Amino acid sequence: MALKMLLPASPASCLLLLVALAGAEAASDSNESANSTAQDAVSARFAASSREPAERISVFELDYDYVQVPYEVTLWILLASLAKIGFHLYRRLPRLMPESCLLILVGALVGSVIFGTDHKSPPVMDSSIYFLYLLPPIVLESGYFMPTRPFFENLGSILWWAGLGALINAFGIGLSLYLVCQVQAFGLGDLHLLQNLLFGSLISAVDPVAVLAVFEEARVNEQLYMMIFGEALLNDGISVVLYNILIAFTKMHKFEDIEPVDILAGCARFIVVGCGGVFFGIIFGFISAFITRFTQNISAIEPLIVFMFSYLSYLAAETLYLSGILAITACAVTMKKYVEENVSQTSYTTIKYFMKMLSSVSETLIFIFMGVSTIGKNHEWNWAFICFTLVFCQIWRAISVFALFYVSNQFRTFPFSLKDQCIIFYSGVRGAGSFSLAFLLPLSLFPRKKLFVTATLVVIYFTVFIQGITIGPLVRYLDVRKTNKKESINEELHIRLMDHLKAGMEDVCGQWSHYQVRDKFKKFDHKYLRKILIRKNLPKSSIVSLYKKLEMKQAIEMAETGILSSTAFSVLQQAQRTQATKRLSPEDVESMRDILTQNLYQVRQRTLSYNKYNLKPQSSEKQAKEILIRRQNTLRESLRKGRSLPWGTQVGAKNIRYLSFPYSKPQSGRRNAGAAEASDDDSSGLGLPFITFSARPQLGSLRESRLAQEVIPMKSLPQATMTVPFRDGRDPGPGRRTVARPRPLFFTLEEEFESRAESDEEASALRVRWTAERGHSREHGQSHSPLLRRK
Amino acid sequence: MGARASHAAAVPGAERIRRETGFSQACLLRLHHRFQALDRNNKGYLSRVDLQQIGALAVNPLGDRIIDSFFPDGNHQLDFPGFVRVLAHFRPVDEEDPGVRDPKQPEPLNSRMNKLRFAFQLYDLDRDGKISRNEMLQVLRLMVGVQVTEEQLESIADRTVQEADEDGDGAVSFLEFTKSLEKMNIEQKMSIRILK
Repeated sequence: MALKMLLPASPASCLLLLVALAGAEAASDSNESANSTAQDAVSARFAASSREPAERISVFELDYDYVQVPYEVTLWILLASLAKIGFHLYRRLPRLMPESCLLILVGALVGSVIFGTDHKSPPVMDSSIYFLYLLPPIVLESGYFMPTRPFFENLGSILWWAGLGALINAFGIGLSLYLVCQVQAFGLGDLHLLQNLLFGSLISAVDPVAVLAVFEEARVNEQLYMMIFGEALLNDGISVVLYNILIAFTKMHKFEDIEPVDILAGCARFIVVGCGGVFFGIIFGFISAFITRFTQNISAIEPLIVFMFSYLSYLAAETLYLSGILAITACAVTMKKYVEENVSQTSYTTIKYFMKMLSSVSETLIFIFMGVSTIGKNHEWNWAFICFTLVFCQIWRAISVFALFYVSNQFRTFPFSLKDQCIIFYSGVRGAGSFSLAFLLPLSLFPRKKLFVTATLVVIYFTVFIQGITIGPLVRYLDVRKTNKKESINEELHIRLMDHLKAGMEDVCGQWSHYQVRDKFKKFDHKYLRKILIRKNLPKSSIVSLYKKLEMKQAIEMAETGILSSTAFSVLQQAQRTQATKRLSPEDVESMRDILTQNLYQVRQRTLSYNKYNLKPQSSEKQAKEILIRRQNTLRESLRKGRSLPWGTQVGAKNIRYLSFPYSKPQSGRRNAGAAEASDDDSSGLGLPFITFSARPQLGSLRESRLAQEVIPMKSLPQATMTVPFRDGRDPGPGRRTVARPRPLFFTLEEEFESRAESDEEASALRVRWTAERGHSREHGQSHSPLLRRK
Repeated sequence: MGARASHAAAVPGAERIRRETGFSQACLLRLHHRFQALDRNNKGYLSRVDLQQIGALAVNPLGDRIIDSFFPDGNHQLDFPGFVRVLAHFRPVDEEDPGVRDPKQPEPLNSRMNKLRFAFQLYDLDRDGKISRNEMLQVLRLMVGVQVTEEQLESIADRTVQEADEDGDGAVSFLEFTKSLEKMNIEQKMSIRILK
C-alpha cells in the first residue's frame, strides 16, 4: 500500500539514484579499486593540475567520488521523506501500521537497489558514528517530548517496570537461549553464556512508542500511555548500559572464570552508571536553563545552547563511562520546563522542530542501514536459534509484564487492568536500537556475529510488521466499543455533551497524586529554582503588540466579511421559528450526522498525544480559539444586556460567528499556559491569547485585584475590536463599556486600579508576568474609562 | 497552600457529607484539598471566578454551563458541601446489589436518574423541566465549530427535538430525555474514576 504511493515518487528518485550509480561506475572504472575513498578523490581532484600535463580542458566532467557519501546519504533521507509524505497522504494508512514499517520498507528498497547494482554503500554506520551522532538525537527527542507531570506521578511504577523489565527480559532470554544452545543438535554449541546474555540484552531493547500512533484514537488511559512512554525512554538507556557491561565482561581475559566478585562489581557498576548518568544530565540541564536566562538579546543562539548542552551532557557522561543516554534524557527533562519559559517563541518552535528533524533523520538512516543489511550476503540462518529467539522474546515479555505489574498493582491507587497489561505486552516492538547494537558487535569477540544480526533482523521484522499491524485492531477490540453504530443524532449530541461534561468535571477535580512530594518539590521550585533559572523581565511589549496585532486583524476581517451587523440575524431567526417541523428524509439525517461528526468539538485530551514522527498541534488549538472567542462574545453580549452571565434567551449573542483567529502563535498564551500550572493542569501547548489564570499564593493582598483583572482583558478586548486600534484610546462607538460598572462578578474592580501604584520591577519572575498583563490592561483601562485615570 | 492541616478533622461536617454523597474518607479529603487549592483567597467558599481560573474549563465548550451548575438557585458562593454534592453525581456507581437499597432513603446522588437529571439541567437553563428547541439550539451552537451554518444547526436542533419528543409539545421533557438515552451506559459515561 505504501509502495503504491512510492511509485510516483520513486521514478524521480530512482532516476537520481541511477544517475548516481552510473556515475559511480564510471568513476570507479577509472580508478584502481571500486572502493575509492573520498580522500583519494579529493586529493586527486586537487592535485589534478600537476598530474595531467597536456590534456584538453573538458567542458563537462563527472566526479562522483568526491560527493559520494553525502550525496547518497542525502538521497536516502530524501527518499524516506518522500515515502513518508506518501504514507500520510493515505489517511487510513497511519492507523493501520506504524511508521517504522514504512521506514523499514524504504530501507529494504534502498538495500535491494544497492545490492542489485552491486554498489558499495558508504560506510555510514560504525560504532563511533552510531553512538556519537546517530543515537543522541533520538534519545534527546524522546526525552524532550515526554510529558513530565504524568511521568513523575508514575515514576515508581515506571522505574520498576522499565528497569526490572529490561533486566528480566535480558537475562531471561539470554539464559533460555543458552539452554537451547546446549542442545547439540542445533549446532550452536560454541555460543557460550556471555554471548547469549549479550544477545538477550540487545534484543530486549524495545521501541514501543512507534506503535502509539496506531492506537492513538482508541483513548487509552493516561496511565497506560505513560507506562509505554516511560518504558521507551528508559529502556534504551538500560539496554545500552547492560550491553556495555557485558561487553566489558567479554573482553576480560579470563572470562571463563568469572567470579562472584566480578558479578557483584558488574551490578554495582550498573547502578553507578545509571545513576551517574542521570546526575550528569540534571546538572547540565540546570546549567543550560540558567544560561538561557541571559539570552534575550540574541535569541538566535537559544536553540544552539539547548542542543549543545544536551549533547555535551551526553559526551561528558560517556567520557566517564557513565550512561550517556540516561544523561541526555535527564538533561532534556530537566531543562525543558525552564527553557520553555525563557526562550522566545520562535526559538521554542525551532527547538521542537529541529529536534524532531534530527531524530527522524537519525532513525531513517538507521533503518535504511538495516534495510541494506537485510538484503545482502552476510547472513547466517539457523532455524533453531531464530525460532527460539522469537518464542522466548514473547514469552519473557509476557512473564515480565504480568509478574511485575502484579506486584506493582498492589501498591498503586489505580491498578492496571488486565486489558492494559495485554496492551503493554503486545506493544513490545523492537526497533532501530536493537539492530544497531547487534550490528556493532565486535567481530573479534563474536565470531558468529552474523547469526546474531540475522536473528535480530528477524525479530524486528516480525514484531514491527506483525505486531505493529495487529495491535490496532487488538486495542480496538479490547476497548469493547459500543457496537451500535447507528446512533441517533440525539444520542450523538448527548454523548458528546456528556463527554465534555465529564472532562470539565475532571478538570474541576484536578489531578490527584502523591501530594506531599509533589507539593514539596513545587515549593522548592518556586522559591529557589525559578528565581535562579527564569528570566527577570519578560518583555511586556510582546504581549501588548500581540494583542494589537490580533485585534486589528480580526477587526479588519470581520468588517470585511460583514459579520459585524448583529441585527440581521435575529430577524432571520424569527422567521424560521415558525416553520413547521417536517419529516426529514434519511439522506438529510445522514447529512446531519456527517455534519455533527465532523464539526462537533473534540473533548479535550488530558495527555497531549505524542506522535513520534510528527508535531501536530493545530486542530485542538483552533478549536480552543473558537471556543474562547465565542465565550468572549457571550460575555460581552451579556454585559451589553446587563446580565452577568448568559441566562435565559439571548437574542444577540448566538448570532455572531467570528472567524477563528488568524493563526499566529501567541507567545503570551504559551506563557500564561505555563502559569496555569498551579491549577494542576498541564495545559501547555494551547495558545490562549487573552485569558490569564492562576494567581500565585504569594501575591498577598493584591490577589483579589489580580483576579478581577484577569477577566478584564477578556472583556475589554472586544471593545477595541469594533472600532479603532486600541492605542487611540478614544472609543466613542458602541464598544464603549464602562468597565467600572459594578457587577457582582467583578466587585473588586475599583480596588484593582488603585493598586496600580505597585512598581513593575518585582523580583520574582512570576510576578513579572502579571506586571506585563497588568501593564497591558492598564492601557486598556486608561484608554477606555476616564473614570479610572488615577495615575 | 499545601501547609494546611490535612486530616479528617479539618473537613467540616465530614460525616454528614459522607452520608449524603457516599464518598470515601480519603476521597473526601482529597476533594477538600482541591477545594482549598481552588479557593485562592482563603475565603472559605468558591466564587465563579475561582472556577473560571481552571484553565481547562475555559476551552471546554460547555465551560460556562458547567461552572453555573455548581451555583444552583442563583447563589454566588459555593461552599464545600455544595462542591462535593455536585461532584457526587459523578461518583462511579457501586457495583453492589442494587436491589438492596432501602426505598425509603433518598436516591443516592450518583444513581442513573440523578446523573441524567444533572445532564438535563445543562440543557434546561430556564428550569421549566423541558428542553425547548431553542435551548437545544443553544447547546448545539456551543458544541459545534464555526463552519456549520445557522440553517444546518436549526435543522439539526429540529431533528433532535423531533426524535425525542413523544407527546408532540415541541420540547423534550425529562422523561423523554431519559427514554432517548436508555441504551446508553450513563453510569460509565458520567463517572469519574478518581472519585471512587
